[in-house]
Amino acid sequence: MVRTHATKFTSAGILALVLLAWQYLPTALDVPRFIIPTLSDSMIELKRMWMQESLLGHILSTALYTILGFVIGSLLGAVMGYLLGMSQFWEKVLSPYILALQIAPKVAFAPLFIMWFGYNSMPKLLVTVLIVFFPVLVNVLQAMRTVDRDLVNLARAYNLTRLGIFWKVEMPSTLPNLMAGLRIASTLAVIGVTVGELVGGNTGLGYLISYGGGQANAAMVFNAIILLTVIGFVLYVVLERIEERVLHYLPKAQH
Amino acid sequence: MALEFRGVSKSFDTRDGGSLLAVNDVSFRVEEGEFVSVVGPSGCGKSTILSMTAGLYQPSEGEVLVSNQPVTGPNAHVGFMLQKDLLLPWRSIVHNIEFGLESRGVGRQERRARAMKELAHCHLAGFEDHFPYQLSGGMRQRAALARTLAIDPEIILLDEPFSALDAQTKLLLQNSFAGTIKDAGKTTLLITHDLAEAVLMSDRILVLSERPGTIIAEIKVDLPHRDQPIKRRQMPEVADYATQLFKHLKLEEKAA
Repeated sequence: MVRTHATKFTSAGILALVLLAWQYLPTALDVPRFIIPTLSDSMIELKRMWMQESLLGHILSTALYTILGFVIGSLLGAVMGYLLGMSQFWEKVLSPYILALQIAPKVAFAPLFIMWFGYNSMPKLLVTVLIVFFPVLVNVLQAMRTVDRDLVNLARAYNLTRLGIFWKVEMPSTLPNLMAGLRIASTLAVIGVTVGELVGGNTGLGYLISYGGGQANAAMVFNAIILLTVIGFVLYVVLERIEERVLHYLPKAQH
Repeated sequence: MALEFRGVSKSFDTRDGGSLLAVNDVSFRVEEGEFVSVVGPSGCGKSTILSMTAGLYQPSEGEVLVSNQPVTGPNAHVGFMLQKDLLLPWRSIVHNIEFGLESRGVGRQERRARAMKELAHCHLAGFEDHFPYQLSGGMRQRAALARTLAIDPEIILLDEPFSALDAQTKLLLQNSFAGTIKDAGKTTLLITHDLAEAVLMSDRILVLSERPGTIIAEIKVDLPHRDQPIKRRQMPEVADYATQLFKHLKLEEKAA
């Protein structure tokens, strides 16, 4: 208990220091406001954005597409990972393509998607799905490869069917890796949506970044970045809570 | 007769396209209720014998019979246990014990009843809702034995189930296993590299040669207290049996 108190205390202290530095350092160092706005400048701008730029709508839109892209992308990634994990043949056949797609910078697809689907929400959703897909796929596939063979043999000796082995042994064995993949994916989902909104569209926090940038409104850009971070942070924390529940059977030191 | 190997050989394909003979012309029988150990140098095909009995793979030549039926695949007659307890970490102990019954058309209530019964036999009453990580190594192996007994197999195959345990736990667990198995009247095949363990626990010991493994000796252990290795351990004859095994495995020559 003492230790958790100590970490919380120190953590809060650091936050306070950063906020203080943000408020007073720029003016002390004579950095102009349009380069680095102070904390209070940003707060004033935040209020203005809320009143005049319908900030709430932008936040909700970004949050919605982050979650939507995350759910669709990780579902596809997990399903694909499990299917490939069950067939060594297809895994070997497809692995170079998977690797290539994994290496290709997914955000670079955004302009293409806009050419194909126009200035609507489809491109940002697709970029997000694509960017979320791979870490989940790769983690699941890796876990499927390393399922304890003796456990599978035990299940076989107990007359479990192929499907039974999957649901009762392989799938639960891979849960820790799946959860780790989802955590990575949740942080990437925000990037996908942001890039989609930056490149095209007129809604979302990513749009506010490019809009604010065009107007040399650094405070607006700052606020949008902070809000994006908050969205990603909340998603991550929710996943962490779910993971704690799901993986309750692991001794604490292991995860 | 519970188990019979008739002229069984098994070879595996190696990576460079050749083949490796693991077990060569092995024949033996195990009578019902008998406890037989298989000892031999490492890599002599002990585990291959076990896997063929479990039906995980087929012999290249010869036949394996369980209850006079040829083994053609994994079947309900055989329960096996390894050095690893193979408990599913995401299941509570009682759910782990039920695992083997789930694909055998045993109803939920009956499953629970049988699991609880074996739990008690293996001295784990009160631990049914614990998860594997909360149990000690010895308790986990007892849970694995309970799972094995729950499917009511005709033969229990033990592949070095005590080798990962510390000396004291090992002794206690051997004792507890021996008693439980004797009470259940199960035919047992124990694979081990621990010569003393073989003498303490078995009615009969089969000695395998180096690869390709073949039976070079069969020793009948004519001592009482098969169900209590701790008692048997105090008998002077145990050392003689161990010496015999020592000679068959030519350990002295190898040490020289």
